[in-house]
Amino acid sequence: MIISDLKVVGQSVQRRDGLGHVTGKTIYIDDIKFPDMLHLKMVRSPAPHARIKSIDFSDAEKVPGFVRALTHQDVPKNIYTILCLIGVGPDEEPVLAADKVLYKGEQIAAIVAETEDAALEAASRVELDLEELPAVYDVEEALQPGAPILKEWGANYFVYEGHHCRRVRFGDVDQGFAEADFIIEGRYQTSPIEHAPTETTGCVAKPEPDGRLTVYTNTQALFFTLDNTALILNIPFNKLHFVGGTVGGGFGGKVDVIVEPIATLAAMKTGRPVKYTFSREEEMRVSSTRGAWRMYYKDGVMKDGRIVARQVTSYADAGAYNRHTPYAVTKHAANVGGPYSIPNVHIDAHCVYTNRQPGSAMRGFGVTPASFAVEVQMDKIAETIGMDPWELRFVNAYHNGDVKPHRKIVEDATLIETMQAAARLTGHSLPEKYLAMTSDPR
Amino acid sequence: MAPKIVSFILNGREIDVMIKPLMTLQKLVRDQLDYTATKTGCKQGGCGSCTVLVNGQPMMSCLLPVEDVAGQKVTTLEGLTPANGLHPIQEAFFEKFAIQCGYCSPGMILMTKALLDRNPNPSRQEIIEALTGNLCRCTGYEPIIEAIEAAAKKLNGKEGVSP
Repeated sequence: MIISDLKVVGQSVQRRDGLGHVTGKTIYIDDIKFPDMLHLKMVRSPAPHARIKSIDFSDAEKVPGFVRALTHQDVPKNIYTILCLIGVGPDEEPVLAADKVLYKGEQIAAIVAETEDAALEAASRVELDLEELPAVYDVEEALQPGAPILKEWGANYFVYEGHHCRRVRFGDVDQGFAEADFIIEGRYQTSPIEHAPTETTGCVAKPEPDGRLTVYTNTQALFFTLDNTALILNIPFNKLHFVGGTVGGGFGGKVDVIVEPIATLAAMKTGRPVKYTFSREEEMRVSSTRGAWRMYYKDGVMKDGRIVARQVTSYADAGAYNRHTPYAVTKHAANVGGPYSIPNVHIDAHCVYTNRQPGSAMRGFGVTPASFAVEVQMDKIAETIGMDPWELRFVNAYHNGDVKPHRKIVEDATLIETMQAAARLTGHSLPEKYLAMTSDPR
Repeated sequence: MAPKIVSFILNGREIDVMIKPLMTLQKLVRDQLDYTATKTGCKQGGCGSCTVLVNGQPMMSCLLPVEDVAGQKVTTLEGLTPANGLHPIQEAFFEKFAIQCGYCSPGMILMTKALLDRNPNPSRQEIIEALTGNLCRCTGYEPIIEAIEAAAKKLNGKEGVSP
C-alpha cells in the first residue's frame, strides 16, 4: 500500500521546542527557583578507598544559613542499584556512604543551607576522619589474588547467574584453532570519556501541600528515576510527581539516579524546596563516565580469509559501582563477534570493580568498544594474511538466517549493502562478485 | 563587605541594583532580576553559555563583576528578542536547526550579534574564529555556522541569494 498523503516523512519539520531555545525562554533546572528554596551541596570523599571513622559537623553548623546535614542514617533504603528495576542485583551502592568509600568524590554527607554559598561553605567545614585503604585502579589487577576487595560478596566482579563473567559458548574454539592456518591475537584498550553536557546534572524537589513531592529534573530517564527514588525513600510511587524532558545535553550521562533521591529526601526532611545541581567540577570528576574496556582477541583464520574461531576475554571497568555496567557487559558479549559469521566462539566478558569514578551509559556503551576492537582486529587479520580488508569483510559478513554466538538468529543484516554503498560513495572499486552479494539467507 | 548600588542600562532600560561587591553579572541577571536566558554551563569562563553583550562586545557574565558594567549598556538574549516574533539571527538558528539541547544557544546567538555588528559579511573562517569561546556539545558546529551565514544574508537584505 502506498500512502500518498504523508506530511512528515521526507520533510524537514521545525522543532517543537525550537522557539523556546532561540529566545532563551526554555526553562532548565538551574532556572527554577522558589522563594523558600534551599540549596544542597555534597561532602565528598577526598580518598579513593577509605574507611569512614567519623564525621564532624560542629564547625559546619556554625555557618550562617546552615539548615541541616544528612547522612546515610537518614536514608530509608540507603543501598541500591539502579538496574534493580530490570532484575539486576544485589544492591551495592549507597546513596550516602556509610562506613566505606570506594572512589574519590563519593557522596558522604549532604549539607542543606539557605543559600548556595552557605551550603558550599558549610560543606567545606565538615571534618572527615578517614582511614585510607589500599586502592586498585586496573581491571586485571583487581581480579588478582590479594587485590583489595571492594564488594561485600568478597570479589571485585559482578556475578552473572553464578559465574564470574558473562559467558558465551558457541561451537568448539579449540577445534577451530587447530584447523586454522593463522592465529592472530590483539589487545585493545579504550579510555573513560566524560559526556560533558553543557548543562550540569541537577534537580529541584518541592514538597506540595497535598503531601506529594514535585521533582523537576534533567534526567534522561524520568520514570526510572522516579521509581528508584521511591524505592530508596520507601514511599509509594504516587507520592512523587516527576517533571522533566528538557535536558541541556545528556548523551547517557544523565541516566544514573544520583541527585534526585537525596534532594527529595532533603525536601521531605525540611518541608521546603531543595535544589541540588552539580558544579562543572563535579560533572567532570564525579558523574559517571563512559566506562573503559580492555579486550583480548584471538582469532583462527584460514588462508581464504574465513575466520573459523574467535576467543575474546574482555574487562569492563565499572569503577566503584554497578550503575549501568552489568547491562553494558551483556550487550558487549552479544556484539564482540561483530557483524560476521564465525562458527566457533568463546567469550568471557567481565564486569570489574575498581576504585575509579563509576563508568556507565554513553551512546552505545558496551557495543562501541567491541566494534572498535573488532574492526581494528579485522584490519590486522587482513594485513597478516595478505588479503584486501574489504574482501576479508565480505568473505566473513553475516547473512539473514545466520545464528550469532549468543543464539540470536540474524534478521536485519545490512553489512554487505552498507559496504557496497560505502564503496560507491568513496569511489572504491569492488570486484564484481562482491557487488553481486546480498545479505539474503545463504 | 557592605552592599552597594550600581546603575547601568539593561536591555535598554536604566536600572539601579543593590549588590554585594564582586557579585557576578551572571548571578545578578539570573538570580536577582530573573533574566534566565543567560545560562550557567560552567561558572568558570570555560563554555560561553553565559555570554552577554556589554556595549555590544561579547563577554562571559560568569567572570564579570557587576561593578565593572556601571554606566554601561548590557544586553542579554531577552533584550535582543523583539516583542513580537524573532530577531533575524534567532530566525536563522531556528530555521537551520542550529539548536539541539538549546543550552548553548543564547550565548551563540549573542556572539553572532556581536560578530555581525562588527563584520556584516564574515567568511566561514571568521565565523569559526568568533565561536571559539562558545562550546556546543550536541548539534555540532556545522548547522550553527550555516545559521550564522544565513543570518548575515537576512540582515544584509540578501535572503535567499546563493553565494
